Amino acid sequence: MSTTVQAQQATILDSAPARGASVRHALHAEWTKLRTVSGPAWLLLGVAALTIAVSAAAVGATHCPHNLTCPIDPTKLSLTGVQFGQAVVAILAVLMICNEYSCGMIRTTLAAMPNRLAVLAAKAILLAALVLVGGAVAVFGAVLVGHLILPGHGFTAARGFHPVWLSYGPTLRAACGSVLYLGLIALLCFGVALIVRDSAVSIGVALALLYLFPIVLAFVGNAHWQHRLERWTPTVAGLTIQDTTGLRGLAITPWAGLGVLAIWAAAALVAGGIALKLRDA
Amino acid sequence: MTSQTVSVPRPEAAVADGPRGGFGGLLRAEWTKFRSVRGWVIGMILAALLTIFFGVFVAANGSVGCQMNGGPARTGKACLPYVPYGPGGEVVTDSFAFLRQPLAGNGTITARVIALKGEHADLSNGRAQVGSGMVPGLSAWAKAGVIIKQSTHQGSAYAAMMVTGSNGVRMQYNYTGDIAGPPGSVSAGHPRWLRLTRSGDTITGYESANGTQWTKVGTVQLAGLRSTVQVGMFATSPDYTVTQDSFGGANNNSGPSQATGVFDHVSLTGSAPGKWTGTTVGGGGPAGAQGPGGGSGTAPYTHTGSTFTVTGSGDIAPVTPGPGGGLPTVTIEQSLVGAFLGLIVIVVVAAMFFTTEYRRGLIRTTLAATPRRGAVLAAKAVVIGAVAFVIGLVAAAVSITLGVPKEENQGQVLLPASLPTEVRVIVGTAAMLALAAVLAVCLGVILRRSAAAITVAILLVFMPFLLAVLNAVPAGAGAWLLRLTPAAGVAIEQSIPRYSQVFTVTNPVQGYDPLSPYAGFGVLCLWAAAALVLALITLRRRDA
Repeated sequence: MSTTVQAQQATILDSAPARGASVRHALHAEWTKLRTVSGPAWLLLGVAALTIAVSAAAVGATHCPHNLTCPIDPTKLSLTGVQFGQAVVAILAVLMICNEYSCGMIRTTLAAMPNRLAVLAAKAILLAALVLVGGAVAVFGAVLVGHLILPGHGFTAARGFHPVWLSYGPTLRAACGSVLYLGLIALLCFGVALIVRDSAVSIGVALALLYLFPIVLAFVGNAHWQHRLERWTPTVAGLTIQDTTGLRGLAITPWAGLGVLAIWAAAALVAGGIALKLRDA
Repeated sequence: MTSQTVSVPRPEAAVADGPRGGFGGLLRAEWTKFRSVRGWVIGMILAALLTIFFGVFVAANGSVGCQMNGGPARTGKACLPYVPYGPGGEVVTDSFAFLRQPLAGNGTITARVIALKGEHADLSNGRAQVGSGMVPGLSAWAKAGVIIKQSTHQGSAYAAMMVTGSNGVRMQYNYTGDIAGPPGSVSAGHPRWLRLTRSGDTITGYESANGTQWTKVGTVQLAGLRSTVQVGMFATSPDYTVTQDSFGGANNNSGPSQATGVFDHVSLTGSAPGKWTGTTVGGGGPAGAQGPGGGSGTAPYTHTGSTFTVTGSGDIAPVTPGPGGGLPTVTIEQSLVGAFLGLIVIVVVAAMFFTTEYRRGLIRTTLAATPRRGAVLAAKAVVIGAVAFVIGLVAAAVSITLGVPKEENQGQVLLPASLPTEVRVIVGTAAMLALAAVLAVCLGVILRRSAAAITVAILLVFMPFLLAVLNAVPAGAGAWLLRLTPAAGVAIEQSIPRYSQVFTVTNPVQGYDPLSPYAGFGVLCLWAAAALVLALITLRRRDA
């Protein structure tokens, strides 16, 4: 693996590249690193499998009996798995950077590519691309499961439920948004890992960021704090992108909620970039 | 190469010969390893601080708003309704229709119940419509019967024999006591005779199918009962609740209900005036449960010949967390929510406590110095468990001390816990964190890599609780997760007991876990024990 990187380095030195080229070479190097170990592929598979499995369990367990009104958003229900797939995304993002620190590879990487921001950009782009692809498969699978199962459980158009399929605007938005959501979660956790560097602590911090706020929200009764938490915490605000019913009751609109998550991810990336730039590896 | 070094069996004496031999020395060595890593010490202190901060934050922000008819919106203590406390110090509901006479000294009341009828809010469309028409039907815990009560004050001591909607004959006393009699419902063809006898502080309840052959149901002591008590017939009925177990948790729709008991063959022996008075104790029921007859000081009763008809709404029972109580309630363990954040931090440190040795190769030195691998594992488990326990104890005690007074200012009724319960909640939280730490150390041994160990530990301990709290799985599945996974241990924090005679919902946010406190804690213990065994096997079998 390091041989490849060395060879890459030689090319870079030979051609005295522009900034764009260095990112491109860094991308190539990072891609080589990623595809030559089996971990990332398994984790991506895990994202899709866990998301679809949890969604299928959720959809399979939900029925709307004939004599009752069901205040359920079928699209959000079908996308339940995303809340668990994101844990695997977090692990993937953390290991992408922490594995290099734990085995000392980062020193080789930075020696070969002294432009640290290019390394960061390459890793972030690659991570986001991988998670978007894996996330798209996962989300499509989840939507498909909802589309196939929910009408048989009483969620029919005749009773006023919208179809769970990509031809329906809000569902399309929720599905695409969920894929973007997973990508942003990956970048957020990547930024955290850049700052923390230790894989164990990074995973702890990342999972706490993802799951602590929903728990606090469940216990806080104060309406003002509920509103604040719903608007400004990464996962609660970000997941509003999955809502297709009762939009007026939301603390923040779906796209704005995803925007809040994007701000968190950007802040984490910037802080991580500064940490990478300033600290010794 | 390494395996050779490690697998050479060294005499036990070599260990004992060291300057500080035996298990004590091993403990000391592991403690030194722990305290000399600054990050771990800081992490553990951080765990305590985060636990306290989040716990108190949640406790201080549980406020619910309220608005009296047309009045200004209020928050905090102004929202608190009048809350009666029972003889045992617990918060109680005490609302019923009472047809009574004062009884001086000892005596016996006997009555035959020939019917128990009821009606409740129409929930057929899945939603309670207060004020809409009532439909016939009995709540499961609608009750009517005979009662001996200290006074008509809410919360005063009592003992009662009753027939219920679908729970047969019961003898209940002092709100929390419930003794089951024979099952079956009451009708004109199958009437039920009920009798209560007072002798000093002792009340004995009897029931009979025919009025001649009596069966004793129970004997209870009502400490400090006055010489003159109120005795008579009563009827009441708690909110009618329909639970719809859907995804996103169980939906509970409830609405008011009332019960009507029809009595005849009423006889009262002892020193009583012989004139019946109707009283509505509590002037209605719990919030929203005010039936058509409630609200006034006089109970709706009719007296035709020897037949008495009493109609009432409410309940005579302890108030429990959640929708069953009809009040916005809060329990002391709400101040311990932060323990989940502390848990994550402790799990991270505990997992690293072993995996770091693998990463740095220190494990080979450790095992060369102490070839008894089981002892190494035990020492590590004891050290990290003890640290987590102490951290948890301090964090839980401070959270409760700071948080509970804040809970009381939030417009919710604090359900008090006795001192032993409070101690159990605090020590139990500390023990839960200690066991989670032991589990994480063992996962570190089994998986060897910190990332994997932490992920698995958090998935096992934290995620089931999260799934149940967020209603991300159906209520039934969530309950099973909290029975089978290590997250069951959180039940040790449950401060209010579950009463079979009160409708309660299994929902950890509202205070009820599916398992009883010690059963849940036992499940966590089993997990920790299983992890220790598995870790011991892996540690012995594999080369370091």
